[in-house]
Amino acid sequence: MKKQTGSGFGNALRQLTVPLVAIAILIVFNLIRDPAFFSVTTTVNNTGRTVLAGNLISIINGASELAILAMGMTLVTAASGGQDIAVGATAAVCGSVFVKVLSSGASITGLSILIAVVACIAAGMLCGLFNGTLVSVFKIQPMIATLILFTCGRSIAYWINGGATPTVSSPIVTAIGSFIPGVPVPTPIFIVIFVGLCFGLLFRFTSIRLYMQSVGINQRAARLNGINPVVIKMLAFVLLGVCCAFSGVISVSRLSLINHETILLEIEMDAILAVAIGGNSLGGGKFRMAGSVLGAYAIQALTTTLYAMKVPSTDIKAYKAVVIILLVVLGSPVVKKAFANLKLKWAQRSAKGAEA
Amino acid sequence: MNGKKTLRREPLTDNALLMVIAVCIFTAMYAAAMLFLGGGFLRVQQFFNILNDNAALIIVACGLTVVMIGGGIDISVGGVIALVAMVCTVYMNTEGASIPVAVLIAVGIGLAFGVVQGTLVSYLGIQPFIVSLAGMFFARGMTTIVSVNPQKVALPAFKQLMATKLEFPFLGYYGKKGNLIPARLELGVVVALTVLVVMAFVLRKTRLGRNFYAVGGNPNSALMLGINVRFAKFCTYVISGTLAGIAGFVLLMHTGAGNATNASGAEMNAIASSIIGGTLLSGGVGNVFGTFVGVLTLATIKAIVPASGLTEPWWQSITTGAMLCLFILMQSVVLGMRGKGKRQKQ
Amino acid sequence: MEQNIVLQARGISKSFPGVKALQHVDFTLRRGEIHALMGENGAGKSTLIKVLTGVYTRDEGTVFLDGVAKDVAIRSPQDAQNAGISTVYQEITLCPNLTVAENMFIGRDKKLLVSHKERERKADEILGRLNIPARAAQQLGKCSLAVQQMIAIARAVDMQCKVLILDEPTSSLDDNEVEMLFTLMRRLRGEGVGIIFVTHFLEQVYAVCDRITVLRNGELVGEYEIQNLPAVELVSKMMGKELDDVTGMEKRELAPEDGETPVYNAEGLSSANGVRPFDFRIRAGEVNGFSGLLGSGRSESVRAIFGADKVTGGTVTIEGKPVKVKNPIDAMRGGIGYLPEDRKDDGIIADLSVRDNIILALQVLRGMGHPIPKAEAEKFADEYIKALSIKTASADTPVGSLSGGNQQKVILARWLLTHPKYLILDEPTRGIDVGTKTEIQRLVLKLAEEGMSVTFISSEIEEMLRTCSRLIVMRDRKIVGELKGSELTQDEVMRTIAGRSE
Repeated sequence: MKKQTGSGFGNALRQLTVPLVAIAILIVFNLIRDPAFFSVTTTVNNTGRTVLAGNLISIINGASELAILAMGMTLVTAASGGQDIAVGATAAVCGSVFVKVLSSGASITGLSILIAVVACIAAGMLCGLFNGTLVSVFKIQPMIATLILFTCGRSIAYWINGGATPTVSSPIVTAIGSFIPGVPVPTPIFIVIFVGLCFGLLFRFTSIRLYMQSVGINQRAARLNGINPVVIKMLAFVLLGVCCAFSGVISVSRLSLINHETILLEIEMDAILAVAIGGNSLGGGKFRMAGSVLGAYAIQALTTTLYAMKVPSTDIKAYKAVVIILLVVLGSPVVKKAFANLKLKWAQRSAKGAEA
Repeated sequence: MNGKKTLRREPLTDNALLMVIAVCIFTAMYAAAMLFLGGGFLRVQQFFNILNDNAALIIVACGLTVVMIGGGIDISVGGVIALVAMVCTVYMNTEGASIPVAVLIAVGIGLAFGVVQGTLVSYLGIQPFIVSLAGMFFARGMTTIVSVNPQKVALPAFKQLMATKLEFPFLGYYGKKGNLIPARLELGVVVALTVLVVMAFVLRKTRLGRNFYAVGGNPNSALMLGINVRFAKFCTYVISGTLAGIAGFVLLMHTGAGNATNASGAEMNAIASSIIGGTLLSGGVGNVFGTFVGVLTLATIKAIVPASGLTEPWWQSITTGAMLCLFILMQSVVLGMRGKGKRQKQ
Repeated sequence: MEQNIVLQARGISKSFPGVKALQHVDFTLRRGEIHALMGENGAGKSTLIKVLTGVYTRDEGTVFLDGVAKDVAIRSPQDAQNAGISTVYQEITLCPNLTVAENMFIGRDKKLLVSHKERERKADEILGRLNIPARAAQQLGKCSLAVQQMIAIARAVDMQCKVLILDEPTSSLDDNEVEMLFTLMRRLRGEGVGIIFVTHFLEQVYAVCDRITVLRNGELVGEYEIQNLPAVELVSKMMGKELDDVTGMEKRELAPEDGETPVYNAEGLSSANGVRPFDFRIRAGEVNGFSGLLGSGRSESVRAIFGADKVTGGTVTIEGKPVKVKNPIDAMRGGIGYLPEDRKDDGIIADLSVRDNIILALQVLRGMGHPIPKAEAEKFADEYIKALSIKTASADTPVGSLSGGNQQKVILARWLLTHPKYLILDEPTRGIDVGTKTEIQRLVLKLAEEGMSVTFISSEIEEMLRTCSRLIVMRDRKIVGELKGSELTQDEVMRTIAGRSE
């Protein structure tokens, strides 16, 4: 049999078309508009260190929370065929646990930060477990199940910190949110790489991808092959909870404080969008996490571009909406079918032409 | 069989059962508030205030109930309310503006959203969540494009309309100075109650309304029974969009100002109200009276929580979330029991 | 054209990707007759009915109604209803969330407003007349399945239909209810309605029907008057072999049992899916079959063995050791493999590649923490693609894009890769071409020779006779006979299926 070399790579490229094209268009557009748009410069920041700066850095840095959430959202989407709309609220809860643990100690040391991060991850997993139980055991649609935490998550965050918006001033926290002394690249970028690496290792050393895809595509068949769909769905939500924890930590560390009202507000919508742009079906099944991450960067690039064009931050949503609708309409079964028919007709016509 | 008597003794349908539970919980809650908290809760005005504050929510929640009965979801309604309120404000602050035209604009915007979203969902087969998410983004974005800053409506006729209230002296109470303060109801509430009755009629008594239930209950069966499933679904979104438009105008009558943050979170409140009122998430079950009770329940929780000493601001949402969780779990159980009669085939 | 013909279909063809579901089928229904449409799984009955009711659009052919020689286009269930064709399906296609009365009238009323009182009055009247134990204002979901079925029929009856299609309406009814339904059907026949009756219960066919049309593999076998077609012959027509055409087979003879431990032994096994408690054992290297018509419980029994449905009772030993089989994974750990009847819904994971589909079961057995290395997976996939000659562009191709036969081979490969002691094949040859069928049969015999125990289920008796050394015959979800050795003849099997008394 003829072995198709590089077919795996070709497939990957095809699946990542949408986010790659989106990013490419944005890059070309920006380069035409302003050739210096992507130039990376060094500046001296307010703490007197030399760091990298520029639009490119701010896009990659700014998309960190979104990229991490998009990774987790990809898994939930794949396994459950639905989306978690409470990721912002969950991240707020995680963030306030982080702050709470830090502010309850006398001083902030490396150890206390470690404890805080662990507590924060535990909180995220707990939230994930709650959502996962509702979805997999009680068979509630993911969107409705997560509506509960969506409604009260931010208030729980507020409650954890007793109604204050406490600040945590510590050089370590600042380092997490901005730069580690001596490193000119923003720390959140490293955290994204770390989380991505963790998922990479997870996929490398377990067959979780196969399990989740099987459950997402055909739950009945998966069960008949010995997979427990309840456990797999639960696992997806718990992993998303961990992602929420990381996002929460980054977001809190950027400002050294938690504001339960505004932290990662409406990021759930962007995370779902990132998954969709990444070429993943929102109905579940096969997934490509890299696509979602690229989708996250594409969204951030779009946002940054619009900012650069002096579009007010509040108006950006309208443009995003147009992009979403275009993407989903092009991806809808009806339109796809129409395209396929058109192709067929063209092929027939050209065949006829060739005959004549 | 002696027809009529058996009719009345019929066991409750899922629909009625869930609503009865909601009504009982609400009544118990309100009664408890009157007994233990007293004060404002003993006055009719307290109840009227809940209505005044939530007239717009009642209207959109009715729309959402219709969509959810048809088996869909529409999270764009909050955005549409904000957009409508803002556009109407800007329009009424121009020369020669008139209220009827403003109303037409409001309904028109809502209708447009409904038609576009309905087409995308039912004729192009795109997931309703994504479609209405885009709708929400678009509406919110357009709102700030129209105006970032909050604006007050200056049109005198509109101000007069806002100030017009129904007064019920016999339901009033005596103020500190011994003067009778009549119970006041805003015009928006009249609109909301009218919408409520009309939608109840549509859902209960019209062919289209009954088709919504069939489509939401089992779309494949509905198709076999000879129902135009796509059209019915399309209609649910049109109704929801139009009602969101009306709600936008009603909200404006309540607040008197267009503001980009108007009705933030209204979609989720509306969904929560529907769920509490017994609308099943899976479609096919629910009614607008239940939803009305759901809105009242949510509002009453929000009024009771601070009045009973839980003054910290977070308790409102946490209690709401807990209530929501309770209702969702309860429905899951009811749904599970309903499914038990069927043989496995899923 | 004959005056009393109410529906005439000529040369109906319909194909789906990879499957020719119907090929030039003719069907004629006369006024005031009950016409049985018979055939095994995949014979094309459901497809024909769905074409007649507008759920599918036909690729070829014409449909005449009411003796008018004009092709009727039926594009949707509404079109069918308007043309006077009503259908009551096997799965209840009513809305459980609505009341009985609404279910009877929804989708038919042309009035914009609905009068519930009026509907309920009418519905009660009809229910009373037809003796259906339900009340109009009741929620449909609260009625028993049997009653729901009857309400669906009542609806169709009330629509003044000329053609009433009953698609396995009796599968959920008990004897009394069936009798009530038959009374109703006979009355409708008297009123001139043409009834198409699809069922797997032979006695029922002979109880009410006037005429029988038999389909097999999407093709018309023939149309017969009921009195000219005894039950045994009917079975043979459905199963695809003439009675006197029993070809010689190579039977695999097993040494007589001498107290050896069976590979699998179950006592009093029953499941939530309605299988009556049954005993079953299989020896190493044995090929046995579960025979019986569709709905007889043959599939349900093997599902219970594999733990696919909730097991409600019974004890199981595998190679003498007691085992609790609650879930498929328990059965898999015990060395059982199961190729399900419903390839699309229970078998393939359509969007995943051929390779992933092949390694799935082995991967699950090894556990999530021990992924099969890519190189090994590729080796396995290539090995089995070659061994079973699976026709696929590459191992990366999504399995959903393969033809039915090749999909089946992929699932077979999946289980062979786990090297099971006991392999259950439920309709492995359904809907696939003849060449592949013989390939699979040959494979089954080879596996048995190597010592594997195999349960083989098929709608085609001939196929089972060729492969099985023991046949368990089921009827009404009960084991009604066990045939082996010299009893394994087509004649005997059909007699057992049809019931000895007849």
